[in-house]
Amino acid sequence: MKLSEVCEALSLTAVVGDTDKDFDGVYVGDLLSRVMSRVDAGNLWITIMPNTNVIAVASLTEAAAVLLAEGVTLLDDALDAARDNGITVLSSELPAYELCVRIAGLLS
Amino acid sequence: MSDVVKFHFDVDGHDFSSAGEASVAVKQKLRALGYPPDIIRKVSIAMYEGEINMVIHASGGTADVEVHEDKIVIILRDTGPGIPNVELAMQEGYSTARENIRVLGFGAGMGLPNMKKYTDSMQIDTTVGQGTTITMTVNL
Repeated sequence: MKLSEVCEALSLTAVVGDTDKDFDGVYVGDLLSRVMSRVDAGNLWITIMPNTNVIAVASLTEAAAVLLAEGVTLLDDALDAARDNGITVLSSELPAYELCVRIAGLLS
Repeated sequence: MSDVVKFHFDVDGHDFSSAGEASVAVKQKLRALGYPPDIIRKVSIAMYEGEINMVIHASGGTADVEVHEDKIVIILRDTGPGIPNVELAMQEGYSTARENIRVLGFGAGMGLPNMKKYTDSMQIDTTVGQGTTITMTVNL
């Protein structure tokens, strides 16, 4: 499924980056080392961490995109880093659980 | 005899926002050299964890990456406090990171375990009060 389809279905905000690409699976987490060992390439990663280290982890794991839950706003230096590294960042007012339930519904 | 390609980075120990820059740079260089994604992922994740550890615990250090014909070697050197109990530090979930580090998403106690997990060999040479050198190898 394409990121753009999820954006439309769940009214996500495309903060930065390309949404015209596929994602495969979802991971939720905020502890970066844990995320590092669990996110697979192409996953959509849901988190509430808005700092620039999130962009580094997304880049290294080759996550399809970062989805910021609960209305969290990406910090300015993280936004710059996302632009520089071609990382897609989405955001939503919904909590992570609600996002997972709805995305699971879309994928099934 | 094949040439060994070497990269050297200074890791700034006072800037968390730039932590990971060396790892991302290595990832890009390995990709440009045409290495497969799984190898690049292993190297860059192991190196990132080491880089973060140096920033959290040792006020920075240096990172050297050597690309050999049959392996990639990552050498991380710092002059920080050293690791008093390596066996304990290798346990998943054990962390001495402070609260101001944890709020950034670090300090899960997965750094050293991840470095071991993503590499084929890892050697820790550490002396309390003098520093730590970690040598990791990913076989090609």
